[in-house]
Amino acid sequence: MSIDIETAARVAKLARIRVDEDDLPQLAHAFNDILGFIEQLNEVDVEGVEPMVSVTPMRLKRRADGVTDGNMADRILSNAPDAREGFFAVPKVVE
Amino acid sequence: MMTELPKLKIAEARDALRKGELTSAELTEACLNAIEGAGALNAFVHKTPQIAQEQAAAADDRLKAGGAPDLCGIPLGIKDLFCTKGVASQAASRILEGFRPEYESTVTRQLFDAGAVMLGKLNMDEFAMGSSNETSTYGNAVNPWKVDDRQLTPGGSSGGSAAAVAADLCLGATGTDTGGSIRQPAAFTGITGIKPTYGRCSRWGIVAFASSLDQAGPMAKDVRDAAILLRAMCGHDPMDSTSADLAVPDFEAMLTGDIKGKTIGIPREYRMDGMPDEIDALWTRGREMLQDAGAKIVDISLPHTKYALPAYYVIAPAEASSNLARYDGVRYGHRAKLSQGDGIVEMYEKTRAEGFGEEVKRRVMVGTYVLSAGFYDAYYNRARKVRTLIKKDFEDAFDAGIDAILTPATPSAAFGLGEMTEADPVAMYLNDVFTVTVNLAGLPGISVPAGLDKQGLPLGLQLIGRPWDEGDLLNTAYALERSAGFVAKPSKWW
Amino acid sequence: MLDLSYEPPKPKVIAGAKHDWELVIGMEVHAQVASQAKLFSGASTRFGAEPNSNVSFVDAAMPGMLPVINEFCIEQAVRTGLGLKAQINLVSAFDRKNYFYPDLPQGYQISQLYHPLVGEGEILVDMEPGIARLVRIERIHVEQDAGKSIHDMDPAMSFVDLNRTGVALMEIVSRPDIRGPEEAAAYVTKLRQILRYLCTCDGNMQNGNLRADVNVSVCRPGQYEKYQETQDFSHLGTRCEIKNMNSMRFIQAAIDYEARRQIALLEGGGSVVQETRLYDPDKGETRSMRSKEEAHDYRYFPCPDLLPLEIEQGWVDDIAASLPELPDEKKARFVTEFGLSEYDANVLTAETVNAAYFESVVREAGDGKLAANWVINELFGRLKKEDHGIDESPVTPAQLAGIIRLIKSDAISGKIAKDLFEIVYTEGGDPEVIVEERGMKQVTDTGAIETAVDEIIAANPAQVEKAKQNPKLAGWFVGQVMKATGGKANPKAVNQIVSAKLGL
Repeated sequence: MSIDIETAARVAKLARIRVDEDDLPQLAHAFNDILGFIEQLNEVDVEGVEPMVSVTPMRLKRRADGVTDGNMADRILSNAPDAREGFFAVPKVVE
Repeated sequence: MMTELPKLKIAEARDALRKGELTSAELTEACLNAIEGAGALNAFVHKTPQIAQEQAAAADDRLKAGGAPDLCGIPLGIKDLFCTKGVASQAASRILEGFRPEYESTVTRQLFDAGAVMLGKLNMDEFAMGSSNETSTYGNAVNPWKVDDRQLTPGGSSGGSAAAVAADLCLGATGTDTGGSIRQPAAFTGITGIKPTYGRCSRWGIVAFASSLDQAGPMAKDVRDAAILLRAMCGHDPMDSTSADLAVPDFEAMLTGDIKGKTIGIPREYRMDGMPDEIDALWTRGREMLQDAGAKIVDISLPHTKYALPAYYVIAPAEASSNLARYDGVRYGHRAKLSQGDGIVEMYEKTRAEGFGEEVKRRVMVGTYVLSAGFYDAYYNRARKVRTLIKKDFEDAFDAGIDAILTPATPSAAFGLGEMTEADPVAMYLNDVFTVTVNLAGLPGISVPAGLDKQGLPLGLQLIGRPWDEGDLLNTAYALERSAGFVAKPSKWW
Repeated sequence: MLDLSYEPPKPKVIAGAKHDWELVIGMEVHAQVASQAKLFSGASTRFGAEPNSNVSFVDAAMPGMLPVINEFCIEQAVRTGLGLKAQINLVSAFDRKNYFYPDLPQGYQISQLYHPLVGEGEILVDMEPGIARLVRIERIHVEQDAGKSIHDMDPAMSFVDLNRTGVALMEIVSRPDIRGPEEAAAYVTKLRQILRYLCTCDGNMQNGNLRADVNVSVCRPGQYEKYQETQDFSHLGTRCEIKNMNSMRFIQAAIDYEARRQIALLEGGGSVVQETRLYDPDKGETRSMRSKEEAHDYRYFPCPDLLPLEIEQGWVDDIAASLPELPDEKKARFVTEFGLSEYDANVLTAETVNAAYFESVVREAGDGKLAANWVINELFGRLKKEDHGIDESPVTPAQLAGIIRLIKSDAISGKIAKDLFEIVYTEGGDPEVIVEERGMKQVTDTGAIETAVDEIIAANPAQVEKAKQNPKLAGWFVGQVMKATGGKANPKAVNQIVSAKLGL
């Protein structure tokens, strides 16, 4: 499997990371190095093997249905790059 | 005297504090001075002297009252991956620039509840992605060990923690380990680091890299200190669904040094092609030391070892690509300056391009790729199946009566900063070849300094234990430590 | 339980310019789980709070935050599954659905793609008495809701409120068994009714607590039957998904518009592109949602912060044992036990409060049909006039039962009963006492009636003659007698006596 520049661009888009056009060949190259390395997994016979779900199996913890958190909008917003009138502000989203 | 205090081990300082021979304020002051003088190591990236002094004063009061816990008054460094309330916590990334959590991670809360003193935040690879501490937004951390003109890596990702402990800037430090990030830097700097069983330490409040692999653990000057720190760090946390509801034993009390009748496995697959002779020789010496201490040594096979690193480089980036999606410039951290007409997508793309370093971007994109439509089964699901097989290899060994497994910790001693950066990323990944299996299998693993290479740089051996049996593992490590008698220290050049 | 027999409705047929077309509809309903706290955090689910106040660090996806599941939300989803006669999966798991959106702080939604909590079930969708469609449920999974983006507060910015982020949703996915806009609305109505019976979702569509995504395709008559035989989707047309509708009216209008759009495309020689669309109620149109299309690769994978959810059969059995009587059972019982028409039974079982009210009335008054008549026509009619719900009714079931008892014992006439009802509604009081105190009792004493009839006959000889010619005019005498007795005379008795005295 070889990653071309177009695929590299698509993946960058999907990951929401801007990559300059000039850097795409190098990125595709790095992908190919890594994926080439990963390809070794194809040597393993995994017939009938269950994919690992949790490395230390235990019963999933549950919480009771009670309100124990919240009411701290100031602390939720305290690190926001742009907070206005109690909201997080972001550039206009067009649906 | 002041310059000697930071060289104390935790156990020694604890005893002196309890006897009143020393105050936490003095000890803390000495550490803060040592840190001030160690800028060249770039280990501490956010110093918190005021918090340290306050905590030390409170600890001294508590010590006076009597019955204080082991860590009361002990100055520690905290890896930047831990969220510490009101203190910059950036995971060494530009994308978390300015972020000050409104909350305290469970592990650091437990440490501070036990009276530990925070000296500051420690350098690391960005988002714990790296094996040389060269991906940090703060710049490289530097190994206090030096044998020529070159500056050496302290390893990674917990490079700042390793450098700080090895250089006696603090008495111990927290680390995290996703593929070897505690054990490899410990080995590179001649200190002890243990990654406990997955689920021992709460992950709550620790910036996530790869959730199914991440574990916190201590980095310390010896096995006893690691045992003391580990006991305070781990324990059940109802806020982490993967944290185990198990009692935490007194690990220190389990350090008898008696390993008679224990069976130690030597996995043949860890003898890699092109492994330096020195590493091989050290491994053989370790085997002899454990044998001399009364353990039975058995050659074993862990047949899927070879596939651990490729499986890791599917699973870890896949999880990371999702875990790091929250760094989007909306609620905290860096947001890119936008141009006229830029919308939300441009904000995401520019913010993440500016905020993440190259290695992080690479891994996030690889992870995105392996999870994308059409590749999930070929990569991610296959890697999870291989992970099942790797875990089973260990289970088979333990079922056959093996108590612990001895391997080298790293394939080499510390290398020079910048020496690996030009190589392809895979060459750097090979640093984790001996440690990554342990994360994939969720097992406890400890790195113990066992000797120096011919240049005079420390080398470590790794012991891998049964799940939840950190006490027994620490005791085996303690026996190895006593036999190895490693006492070398870097000579101060910084 | 008695099953009411039914036949399926005819599929909706739309005549295109060239041929007839049928619709095939599948629905994904997002129902907010009725719970105090969110699915994975301890923040409140309360609607209408100050922005970002029902938000924990987990909901805001602060670094290092981890989810811990709210057990009650799981219980509610299991209860819902049982209410839809669905299979409950004792092992399910949570997956991450990855996409970027400002109101999705984690950058992923925790959902259940690969192993949902609830498997196949069914809903009987009533259309009219005797006509119903059995719609198959494919699955129900539990997932996190997103927050809210507000686009109209600032010309250049969108504002994000995370109060809703992380609230538990049940996504209830149907098979493509729905065959028309009216059926689609009826499906949502029935589902909502069941959820409200179960108390697992309040069904408040206005607040967005129940929203529907509708998958619409069109096909030529006969194709759907081929699909039914083979379960092979290739017999059906390409579908479009209309997202996020929260009104029955919009659902119908959107489906109708979308079907016609697709038909026009196909008849014009084009083809339907599978895509996500949005309904614009102002324009009455659906339009493509480009923003969703761009990143259509959700990269689902098991959430590594959570382990598989294993539940015990005993726990499921306990929940099953605590299920309330559901609408279909209740309706059937009302028909058999009280002799109601299916229509009346439908009306009375629409909401549990109505049914409970009705049953209290019957318990005291005894006559199911009469009680149904009074509850539906008088009480509901009166309440509706003032836009009140039954929980606001000034007339208690005991009072209404009192009125009905008075009618049954012939103590008052139906007409007087209506006056009495109005008095009880506006003034309150015990109906029996009111009737007694205000002399509203019906006169059944034939002697008194005869006297009144005699007086009127005597006073109106001309009318008597006319009535003898045309017996229909006897009614005039009845009216006069009723007037003279203040409406209290038993109308049946008056009729008889008037006829006898006039020799009719």
